[in-house]
Amino acid sequence: MSPILDGLRQAAALLLSRDPEVWAILWLSLQVSGTATLVALLIGVPLGATLALARFAGRGLAVSLVNTGMGVPPVVVGLFVSILLWRSGPLGELELLYTPAAIVVAQAMIAAPIVTGITLAAVQNVPEMFRLQLLALGASRTQMVWVVLREARLPMLAAVMAGFGGVISEIGASLMVGGNIKGQTRTLTTAMVLETNKGNFDVAIALSILLLVLVFLVNWALTWVQQRRAS
Amino acid sequence: MGALLVLLAALALLAAGRPADAAPKVVILSTTTSTQDSGLLDVLVPMFERQTGYTVKTVAVGTGQALALAARGEADVTLAHAPELEKKHVAEGKLFNRRLVMDNDFVIVGPPTDPAKIAGERSAVEALRRIAAAGARFVSRGDNSGTHLLELRLWKAAGLAPDGAWYIESGQGMGATLGLAADRRAYTLTDRATYLAYGTRLPLGFMVEGDRPLLNVYSVLEVNPKNGPRVNAAGGKAFADFLVATETQRVIGSYGVAKFGRPLFVPIAGKTDEDLAR
Repeated sequence: MSPILDGLRQAAALLLSRDPEVWAILWLSLQVSGTATLVALLIGVPLGATLALARFAGRGLAVSLVNTGMGVPPVVVGLFVSILLWRSGPLGELELLYTPAAIVVAQAMIAAPIVTGITLAAVQNVPEMFRLQLLALGASRTQMVWVVLREARLPMLAAVMAGFGGVISEIGASLMVGGNIKGQTRTLTTAMVLETNKGNFDVAIALSILLLVLVFLVNWALTWVQQRRAS
Repeated sequence: MGALLVLLAALALLAAGRPADAAPKVVILSTTTSTQDSGLLDVLVPMFERQTGYTVKTVAVGTGQALALAARGEADVTLAHAPELEKKHVAEGKLFNRRLVMDNDFVIVGPPTDPAKIAGERSAVEALRRIAAAGARFVSRGDNSGTHLLELRLWKAAGLAPDGAWYIESGQGMGATLGLAADRRAYTLTDRATYLAYGTRLPLGFMVEGDRPLLNVYSVLEVNPKNGPRVNAAGGKAFADFLVATETQRVIGSYGVAKFGRPLFVPIAGKTDEDLAR
């Protein structure tokens, strides 16, 4: 038990000491995963809504692909993004590997299917009669989609939470494409692995507590928005 | 998939627009986890950045991968500890100007009960023979790292091909491997720095130390610009020169004293493999 108690004490000390390195790591994690979630929303919401509302050949296959994507291991994404971004890779001239932007790309690829899948489910849950009614009342197709999305916005907040929670706690891809570089691409999770490898268990536990608090605060804020609107 | 490519392209444009990327001011250093886990790079890298204005991206992986990345031109300079493998890359023309930087040593550690009775044994090879004969558990890194490659060389010298339930491959870094060895009450081969970092937390004691094959030699190698596009040869050379400079060598020689009461590395710039063998 003592390492965990030490960790709790260390976490409190780290927070109180205002150690700039810890705050920089925390801030970077938040920025990177926040941006990745935003990008995932920009891709996932239109894609999910389209898959939910449109009828076309191969739709079943597309939905299956999205559902598979929701479970793709981050290391697989990390490996492919690494190869794409290698200096000798197809996007090598951008020199993106081992930068926060590379982590954003990888995390967005992990979160996008999650956002797509949950949006798809949320939009499909809006009764079809409601959609037909809107059209019958003279709404254009764009207006109908807009109203349906508004109707599904509360369950879609779950997509934000799932996407953000998935990527901020992700380690495999962040480590591979970011490189865990001190002061540049070290995130909470990669720092945790490093400190564990160094034998600094108390620091690792302190960082994990910070991560839990961060994820909780973000989810708490989103849940507050969701539940307030629901009531 | 199309949307994801659009995303990649958009981010690419975003990053390409940044003026900082124009000058080759970034040096990618591929190195072994032990140099990072020991904390040494956290001291040396900022020092180099201050002196030269370069920004260093340190990629700490197993030595096998560190050398492979350099040989592919994915890194500009490499700090490794697998002399045989390094020389192979030099012979192939992928890496050049191999210079010794520092050394420390490997030790064989094991459970206090010492089931194979190797405590105090002088020869690492003989110790491994006895571990195998006793069927005592041994944890191998199994990850192509410098430590793993040395371990394989020792088994070869012992004329054995380790196999069986007693031989456990962790596939992880040194820290995690030590944890596994402690849990399974097994022997393992570790660099002294990582072992000291874990210290008394582990119920593992020194079994074999001081044998010549256990010397752990770190060298810096520059990367042939022909290995791939965009190799920053000048930056790589600057970092290599920095590592063997007198002032840097002094810092390396005193690193670890504050925390462990003794230095973790011995600076050896200017020496040759022959000097060390003597």
